[in-house]
Amino acid sequence: MAAQNVPTGSVQRLTLAKGLNSGLRAAMKADPKVVLMGEDVGKLGGVFRITEGLQKDFGEDRVIDTPLAEAGIVGTAVGLCLRGYRPVVEIQFDGFVYPAFDQIISQVAKMHARSLGALRIPMVIRIPYGGGIGAVEHHSESNEAYFAHTAGLRVVTCSDPGDAYWMMQQAIASDDPVIFYEPKRRYHEKAEVDLDERAGAPLGLHQAAVRREGTDVTLVTYGPMVKTCLQAAEAAAAEGISLHVLDLRSLSPLDLPAITEAAKRTGRVVVVHEASTFLGMGAEVASLIQQECFYHLEAPVLRVGGYNIPYPPSRFEEEFLPNLDRVLDAVDRSLEF
Amino acid sequence: MTQAEPTDVVRHHETVVTPPGEHDITDGGPDMVQFLDAEGNRLETNETNAPYAEIVEALTPEDGRAMYRDLVLVRRVDAEGHALQRQGELGLWPSLLGQEAAQVGAGRAMREQDYAFPGYREHGVAWCKGVPPENLLGMFRGVNNGGWDSNANNFHLYTIVIGNQMLHATGYAMGIQRDGAVGTGDESRDAAVMAFTGDGGTAQGDYNEALVFAGVANAPVVFFVQNNQWAISEPNYKQFRIPPYLRARGFGFPGVRVDGNDVLASYAVAKAAMDAARAGQGPTLIEAFTYRMGAHTTSDDPTKYRVAAEVDIWREKDPIKRMRGFLETKGYADAAFFDAVDAEADELAARIRKACQEMPDPELPTMFDDIYVDEHPVVAAERAEFVSYHSSFEGEGAH
Ligand SMILES: Cc1ncc(C[n+]2csc(CCOP(=O)(O)OP(=O)(O)O)c2C)c(N)n1
Repeated sequence: MAAQNVPTGSVQRLTLAKGLNSGLRAAMKADPKVVLMGEDVGKLGGVFRITEGLQKDFGEDRVIDTPLAEAGIVGTAVGLCLRGYRPVVEIQFDGFVYPAFDQIISQVAKMHARSLGALRIPMVIRIPYGGGIGAVEHHSESNEAYFAHTAGLRVVTCSDPGDAYWMMQQAIASDDPVIFYEPKRRYHEKAEVDLDERAGAPLGLHQAAVRREGTDVTLVTYGPMVKTCLQAAEAAAAEGISLHVLDLRSLSPLDLPAITEAAKRTGRVVVVHEASTFLGMGAEVASLIQQECFYHLEAPVLRVGGYNIPYPPSRFEEEFLPNLDRVLDAVDRSLEF
Repeated sequence: MTQAEPTDVVRHHETVVTPPGEHDITDGGPDMVQFLDAEGNRLETNETNAPYAEIVEALTPEDGRAMYRDLVLVRRVDAEGHALQRQGELGLWPSLLGQEAAQVGAGRAMREQDYAFPGYREHGVAWCKGVPPENLLGMFRGVNNGGWDSNANNFHLYTIVIGNQMLHATGYAMGIQRDGAVGTGDESRDAAVMAFTGDGGTAQGDYNEALVFAGVANAPVVFFVQNNQWAISEPNYKQFRIPPYLRARGFGFPGVRVDGNDVLASYAVAKAAMDAARAGQGPTLIEAFTYRMGAHTTSDDPTKYRVAAEVDIWREKDPIKRMRGFLETKGYADAAFFDAVDAEADELAARIRKACQEMPDPELPTMFDDIYVDEHPVVAAERAEFVSYHSSFEGEGAH
């Protein structure tokens, strides 16, 4: 096929962090209205170096080191949106988004509706999230459900370098506010990414992706747990169990057709995430599946997540976070029905 | 004439404000209260330090030696924390190197009944409040998220989310007021609060709301801002256009800038403010002008954003060197004293190291403890599930 002969020099092996960085760079190049804001995003390139080199190349007016004030960061970004800019703000860690919670919930999410569609808030709020890095408290939380519960926001999360690169650009191009969760413990995972913009993003921002085909039990997951689930699938395969792995990518909205298809394929579903299970994303997914796929189910939808306690001190986190064993244990329980 | 030129209104103030980006971070300016020069010579009483001179003059040589001892021991606690992190015993350590005098000055101005609300770098204040340094290690080792009994020494848990504790401090001070423990003249009863944050913290909403509440309530709280010039990679002119001590006026109470590398000055200014708060005269904001000599934390790389020459300038202002110079010039301490303090520091370091290495990992099911006071069915069920899940591995050897 002739199309196969398109030069492939644009394929690079990138870390997820570099994917995000390249995605931000591409978006800034494409649109002069895109500005980055946050604590330490300038010279330091952010504490995770996601914005590394961008201030040097785009200047201090477009990569803004803000005061240490999250309500201030998000609130002023609202104003910049109203003036035609597309701010991408960085919240340094998951646990520090709460000072900005009021701005996000009360203003960012509702302004489009309140103005009867006249106003747009094309803001991206980047949040490195999740645990597994041995950090002190407030540095390991998964608070996606708070935002997914709020109408007016889109909530997405990437799980590999390719998604990091493309989803970041799609999020910035979106005219809706997007909460963009970055799985911080996967920042250093590498994969080949096709950076060719003529090829475009392989999937829409709101589509789920099948990461592995399987026939026995479906794992529905996202963000940092995608890798864990793929490892679980690998381990299960060695024991003759075939797991199907669906990466949600978008948490609000959910890709319902993809979820029902994946559930129907096996009739058994385990939802896996780091956040506490109580009123977590898994509750919504399980509820949708039982509503849409009741007659296809062979077992109740099970959930594996963090326990219903505050994120614990790091010496406990291996037990708190779902691991291979806990995922496989749930798979076994599902198969017992 | 109907309207004043807007610029007249905005521009009419007496203080000259340097534009953003032009602060000289090596010089606290003429408003800064200082008693010791860089070599430790006692400065003459002048217009700026006069209000505090009496407090300094009342200090005995023994007080001076005790302050010096605190500075050295606190620095040693910090150095040990840093070393333990480097050796993998701690996950993280926020160093106070360079800020010892600010913290010891503030800490020594507190009485037993006064309450401290720290951020995460206030190891020196903890020391002065009698908190065993070992207690501070648990959260950085990852075995707990605070762990110590705050009421044992009136030293609250460390607070990681910048600014949160400023409101707690203010509320605690409002409680003291309601208890009638201000302005009675009874030294053992009157109490006040000290709230600590950095220059970056002054940008937070919580910080500003705390100052509003404190002012309105005339609460017995002293806000102690350690302006160490940096908030991770951001210089302080990215946090404010006007220094914190000048901003206090806008909240309705006095602000003072003090040389945070001069323990005598830090102590005197803090004592005056705490005395006033206990007497019912309300809040004071103290800006201790100092410098963070090390990295922000052990996870940070300061070479990305600041030049070594700047650090060198501040090394000349070292708080311990300065106090030692003072004691020597005055003949208040001899070589034997300094050697004894160093030996004590060695012992302290060894004690902390041992305590850290012997700190047990927490028992697994305890992560479900203390989430609620009253039994909570969801947590109880998960605890049971967790225990039974774990017992399913028994005999497999792998766990
Ligand atoms: C609400 C919040 N946002 C961000 C952070 C991450 N963070 C930790 S320390 C720090 C800088 C603090 O600077 P400053 O207040 O000047 O205190 P210093 O560390 O210099 O003592 C930042 C941004 C945090 N802990 N809390």
